[in-house]
Amino acid sequence: MITLNINGETHDLELDPATPLLWVIREQIGLIGTKFGCGIAQCGVCTVHLDGTPIRSCVTPVRAAEGRKITTIEGIRSEGGLHPVQQAWIDEQVPQCGYCQSGQVMSAVALLEANPAPTDADIDAAMSGNICRCGTYPRIRKGIKRAALAMKDAAKGEETANG
Amino acid sequence: MGKWTRRAFVSAGVIAGGAVVFGIAIRPGNRADKVRGMIATDDESVFNVWVKLSPDNTVTAIIPHAEMGQGVHTTLAMMLADEMDADWDKVKMLEAPANKEYANYALAKGFAAGDVDFPAFLVDTVDGFFLTVMKAMNMQITGGSMSVPTTGQIGMRVAGAATRAVLLEAAADTWNVPASELRASKGQIIHERSSRSAPFADFAVKAAELPLPAKPRLKTPDEYTIMGTDVQRFDVPAKVDGSAAFGIDASLPGMKYASVMASPVFGTAVRSVDDSSIQDMPGIRRVVNLGDAVAVVADGYWQARKALDRLEIEFERNGSEAIEQSDIFSQFATDMDAATAAGNEISDFAQGDAMSALASAGQVVEAEYRVPYLSHAPMEPMNCTAWMHDGICELWTGTQNPLGFAAEVADALELDIEDVVLHNAYLGGGFGRRAFPDYTIQAAKIAAEVPYPVKLIWSREEDMRHDHYRQASISRFRAALDSDGNPTAWVNQYVEKHDPKEAPYIPYAIDNQYIHYAESKTHVPWGFWRSVDHSLHAFFTESFIDELAFAAGKDPYQYRHDLLEDAPRFRDVLDLAAEKANWDSPLPDNWGRGIAIHKSFGTIVAQVVEVEIVDGKVIPRRAICAVDAGFAMHPDGMRAQMESGIVYGLTAALYSDISIRRGAVAQGNFDDYPMLRMNESPDIETYIINSGEKVGGAGEPGTPAIAPALVNAIFDATGKRIRELPVRLHDLSDINLESKDVA
Repeated sequence: MITLNINGETHDLELDPATPLLWVIREQIGLIGTKFGCGIAQCGVCTVHLDGTPIRSCVTPVRAAEGRKITTIEGIRSEGGLHPVQQAWIDEQVPQCGYCQSGQVMSAVALLEANPAPTDADIDAAMSGNICRCGTYPRIRKGIKRAALAMKDAAKGEETANG
Repeated sequence: MGKWTRRAFVSAGVIAGGAVVFGIAIRPGNRADKVRGMIATDDESVFNVWVKLSPDNTVTAIIPHAEMGQGVHTTLAMMLADEMDADWDKVKMLEAPANKEYANYALAKGFAAGDVDFPAFLVDTVDGFFLTVMKAMNMQITGGSMSVPTTGQIGMRVAGAATRAVLLEAAADTWNVPASELRASKGQIIHERSSRSAPFADFAVKAAELPLPAKPRLKTPDEYTIMGTDVQRFDVPAKVDGSAAFGIDASLPGMKYASVMASPVFGTAVRSVDDSSIQDMPGIRRVVNLGDAVAVVADGYWQARKALDRLEIEFERNGSEAIEQSDIFSQFATDMDAATAAGNEISDFAQGDAMSALASAGQVVEAEYRVPYLSHAPMEPMNCTAWMHDGICELWTGTQNPLGFAAEVADALELDIEDVVLHNAYLGGGFGRRAFPDYTIQAAKIAAEVPYPVKLIWSREEDMRHDHYRQASISRFRAALDSDGNPTAWVNQYVEKHDPKEAPYIPYAIDNQYIHYAESKTHVPWGFWRSVDHSLHAFFTESFIDELAFAAGKDPYQYRHDLLEDAPRFRDVLDLAAEKANWDSPLPDNWGRGIAIHKSFGTIVAQVVEVEIVDGKVIPRRAICAVDAGFAMHPDGMRAQMESGIVYGLTAALYSDISIRRGAVAQGNFDDYPMLRMNESPDIETYIINSGEKVGGAGEPGTPAIAPALVNAIFDATGKRIRELPVRLHDLSDINLESKDVA
């Protein structure tokens, strides 16, 4: 028996502890937003957060995720609706085929949580593990910058409200 | 017109004086029962195959094309809604089911009427038999950058305009006023004189009784209210929150999972399978020998995959396992020489007397170029969920050719076409790959062996090693230059022709031309790869014209510009790209700038690339793109497609190389078939020209010119002329950047 905490919910599962987390999320839990792309941590479409850190779920055995907080694309909405990164992705019309975008969004969210004002070099470093065959990179870059501004404005608004 | 029968449904009411009209009113009770299923309630009317009007005035555009990121669902709906004067906020779309009633017959009919150029590559179906016009009626293919130019221009727009016309007529009748006093705007019909207005839906039932006009007047660009605007795409919201369902996301009760391995050497069969090694593995349900592949079915994909890896499979040998990539290039060269020696050259295009002009030329320039095989590598590996039940085969997948896939599956399983039901999902990248049904047939055959639904997922390695590849090729050029350096003859021979025919043609004014090719078949399966033959020929021709400019001692932009005097549309596009790139402005050390122009699928694209050479590595820093597709229906979508085509083409030019080793594809995943990533992606600027010429495509034309623009920029930076792709095969680390010697 393995107990997983995914998007705040607890799941008790009977499975081979060597199974990659990706397949557990997709097949056992039924969350389809996390994708399979390469199986060797080369493309990033399977990106989820483990205690807030982006990881490649296709090579992460499920036992390594036990007792930790797993967040998937379905778990990043805030109470008010879309995460600012998701909203920025809509505003910039980032996705094309869309298959890689869950992973892109998860990498971008992790970047902005660690670094609220990333430079182009920071974006390159954080996002180069995520391949997009449709070539949405320029829009992803714009989307991250737009989301960073939105999050900064929201934080300011909160400060004002609290102050 | 006779009574509607189900068979007559697609063709009746379609042709009128060579124009195309889909004047078919389908109402509840219509015998076209598959269509009836799309009518949600008894109150709704379906005006024709492309538009549904609901009682709440919602207009649903029914789109016979697959969404693979090109925005086609949105753009086609815009075209219909604009002509209809619908309220965009109340427009939705629905992808047409894979039924013959929804075939992409705009294309076939347009072809029959001479309205559109029928893309030659569609003449061959996936297994190569000839499509007659009648067979073309059964198409619902997405490819060839033709959704907007064909379905959009002669399907959606006409349907929208015709629907608007009958709604106006019905309103005129209801209000007892002349139709000429009515106008439509944002889903309302308005009669100014009596200050009346009412929503379309009020007149739907009456309008559905009226014959649709054969040739409704279409709007001129100054009347567009939706076309040409940047509306948000329908599919984007679901693609940012993980809810968009791709083929791989199909889920059915009791579903099992399959992993498959086909013979690594194309065309060889399974000799034996020994499953003793997997007997004790948990969750394994079945091993299926498909003849040329072996599949393992298990409770989970991971279990199936692990078992497959452990399975001992022997494949037959047929001689192909001796083939190396170098053998293929040698064969090409030999066959090219042989064609010339034997007088078997196949002419693509000839004008003047190129051979005589060459013989008498003062200066002759020669070059030979090579390109490798390419894999599509869409992010979503091939997959299909199949379920045989109640005598039918039900399929869930992502395909560019749903009707063709259903037909192929019916053929493979010896089922009636009516007993194959295909549900198309979002495509996690298509690029031409998802026009080939191999993975769907495999899934159906596996499903035929088991009583439950099976989801077949190809590993990335399987996807890369069993693609349908862009051909490898060699192209040789000879050109004659006069004393001013202007070309007087252009002779080009290449190998392996597919489509479109005009891919190797050049826009430049050169009096004597001879373009020909040799056939040289290999055992490597061929497939449509974004822009098809344009992807190689633009690299060849636009590299060589750059070499001619250099030989003539002229600026490569100015040289092209001068040769395009009689092709003003090309010249405008070229000039715009050069102007936006500040062509004459100086660049930093170790930087270079290159230009190229190419027309494909009715759209002219010129691109300028700026590269920086850092420790021998080429980094594209900036790409400037000018595009004339006649009219950009959705400008932001056009820009997105140019960005996409540029990154796709740059990836191939810099990195992509599928090579044959011992008869099989040597590469298997993104570690040995690398992709352009965020840190290497240039800034991209796109500039659109709406010339008003015939509308062209957007999905592919961004790709062809970028490879030559790139190598031309590398030449500008380093003096090294790269004549074989990909760029990464070449060592640029010892280039003396000062001297810019010609390599």
